[in-house]
Amino acid sequence: MSVAHSGSADARRSGQFVGVIFVFIVLLVIAAVIGHLTLPGLAPVWHFLGAHPILNALVKAVVYVSFIALLVLFLIWWERKFAGWLQARLGPKHVGPQGMLQTLADALKLITKEDITPAVADRPLFYLAPFVVFVPTVLTFMVLPLGPHWIAQDLNVALLYVIAISSMTATGIMAAGWGSNNKYSLLGGVRAVAQLLSYEVPMVMAVLSVVTFVGGLSMRHIIDYQAQNGWLILKWPLIPAFLIFLIAALAELNRTPFDLPEAESELVSGFHTEYSGMRFAFFFLAEFANNFFSAGFAVALFFGGYLGPILPGIVWFILKTFVLITLMMWIRWTVPRLRIDQMMGLCWKLLVPLSLVVFILAAAWASR
Amino acid sequence: MATELKNYNTASAQAQGIQIDPIDEQTMVINMGPQHPSTHGVLRVILELDGENIVNATCHIGYVHTGIEKEGEFQTYLKAVTITDRLDYVSASINNLAYTLSVEKLLGVAPPPRGQYLRVMLCELQRIASHLVWLGTHALDIGAMTVFFFAFREREKILDLFEMMSGVRMMPSWIVPGGLRGDAPEGYFERVKAFVDEFPYRIEEYETLIDQNPIWLERTQGIGILTPEECMALGVSGPTLRATGVPHDLRKAVPYCSYDQFRFEVPIGKYSDVYDRYRVRMAEMRQSREIIKQALENMPDGPFNVDDRKVMPPPREELDHSMESVIHHFKWWTEGIHPPVGEAYVPVESPKGELGFYLVSNGSNYPWRMHVRGPSFMNLQSLATMAKGRLIADVVAMIGSIDIVLGEIDR
Repeated sequence: MSVAHSGSADARRSGQFVGVIFVFIVLLVIAAVIGHLTLPGLAPVWHFLGAHPILNALVKAVVYVSFIALLVLFLIWWERKFAGWLQARLGPKHVGPQGMLQTLADALKLITKEDITPAVADRPLFYLAPFVVFVPTVLTFMVLPLGPHWIAQDLNVALLYVIAISSMTATGIMAAGWGSNNKYSLLGGVRAVAQLLSYEVPMVMAVLSVVTFVGGLSMRHIIDYQAQNGWLILKWPLIPAFLIFLIAALAELNRTPFDLPEAESELVSGFHTEYSGMRFAFFFLAEFANNFFSAGFAVALFFGGYLGPILPGIVWFILKTFVLITLMMWIRWTVPRLRIDQMMGLCWKLLVPLSLVVFILAAAWASR
Repeated sequence: MATELKNYNTASAQAQGIQIDPIDEQTMVINMGPQHPSTHGVLRVILELDGENIVNATCHIGYVHTGIEKEGEFQTYLKAVTITDRLDYVSASINNLAYTLSVEKLLGVAPPPRGQYLRVMLCELQRIASHLVWLGTHALDIGAMTVFFFAFREREKILDLFEMMSGVRMMPSWIVPGGLRGDAPEGYFERVKAFVDEFPYRIEEYETLIDQNPIWLERTQGIGILTPEECMALGVSGPTLRATGVPHDLRKAVPYCSYDQFRFEVPIGKYSDVYDRYRVRMAEMRQSREIIKQALENMPDGPFNVDDRKVMPPPREELDHSMESVIHHFKWWTEGIHPPVGEAYVPVESPKGELGFYLVSNGSNYPWRMHVRGPSFMNLQSLATMAKGRLIADVVAMIGSIDIVLGEIDR
């Protein structure tokens, strides 16, 4: 009988918890080792790869894309596990240790699936859309400071670059919604674009508050400032700025309570209703990569990025980012969904004026 | 006219005689269902949208028509109990009860007190289970996914209780004309008691998640308002009616099954919106728990079935020494029961509203006519009234709030 096991289920769950923590630690150790790959024997290899501009770029691209792919595999697993715990379930646990390989199995399934194109689809748009969504996501990683030596390109206008590139995602989503030639997709696409463009405004204002504080747009500059003056979240005008950033980031990521573009109970699956197989996987990949990027971006802006004692920088960065991502997941699996007019109202009536006030406060503080 | 819109939905709707009359060319006709995640089965709503605003909503039903009413006329009274389970499949016991009470009225019998109390206990457990399904799916529609899992966790325990008694989780068919199929097994009441003691904390858990959640309030307050007059005109009953402030509960109004011996309140709402329906159902779960508690405390001893060999078969030990009992046993299992000529309708308060079976007997062992007065069918009619002028996201909340089950609507 299924009810008689409540005690042992608790025991199993705590055992699982220990297992997951263990997996976490192993991953962090791997990250630390990669972060310290300055072993003497490998130096000539790094030197060679770093010297040639094209090779250098290629290596970076390969490293980053595989880093993102692995990260997404892990994030999806972690989200399912975490959601399972929140919801009195166990989450995946059969494929691999603690169900770690479940996402890999799902990805393999998606790759082998038939790639269905609706007969009435606008083919070029339909085919391109997943990549138009995915590519800007990868591009934004370029300026993310993962560790002291882990920044692919330290642009001096990094923040501007991030804002410009990440808003390109809206194009892809609109293309997906329109190209599918499905009414649910179209509604989802329209909702997504309205949402992304609206929430861009408070997000940019929140980022600008940081910029006025620090006096620079470069990521390294922001981290250096925090190394000298402490985390920016500890400066009081930036606490509301962070909260605005977090809410806007949730909206940009289409996560509950802002998951209207893919609201399952209303629009079936929103803009990716018609997608299957690998194209669908690309949307998923982009969603989770974006999630990591937004959290990482917030960590770099407000929580000192890779700064931290004893452990290598990349470990600190990933730890902080995961805490933030878990917070986002917690929000996602707890609250209901907003309605479209309420969502717009929240943005334009509350967040935008508030972010303006915060910006002015931050500017006043900075010019003291 | 709608002919300008050359798309499948409009054409098929017109072919089926559904009026679609776009006000201008800016409106879009969208087909919500029958395959849609939040239409609670296979409801099809044809929405005419202006942007995201609803200009017109037309419900189209019949996708799971199973001919239960007609089928009921081709089954003996005993066998038909099994099909009533399939009507509103999340509150099967209460369907059994409604049917059984009509048959018992035809027969002019009523089970002894223990049978009545067991029935009340089963039905209230079933009401909680049904409300939990409603809570989970309704919250899921509004986007709160975790509530769904929490609600189904407790429903699972109720289903385990049903399994313990009847061997079946969802379709027990345990309430039959003349009483019940069997008594509660050993240790049953202790387990019901354990559930009843635990349940208030669980309700609090659900309420922690959504009760005062600003997003939940925003999404449900002031949405889907129905006036009491509209409810009366449309035949809306159950929690949806009570949310408008009308304290109409058949368990109080026309007590059946010894409900008059139980102390409970009829929760009512004030603003008759989606949120009030939610509050009313949550309060009803608490009241049901009270009723189960009282049933456990005052559970009478003695027989639970009618002592009439024409209605219930003789117990096994009688068959060894009584020829008459063997004959009764054989007749009951082969022919079933023969109610006298007449007609009967006994409404009961199902989790959705007034449920009743209108039975006409011509003296044979088959009902001559069986008609179901289903609450979901009546309640669904209110959707068009509620939806006009609202947003597409609200339709989902409204469908959830009237708590429909398509199995009973389409029959």
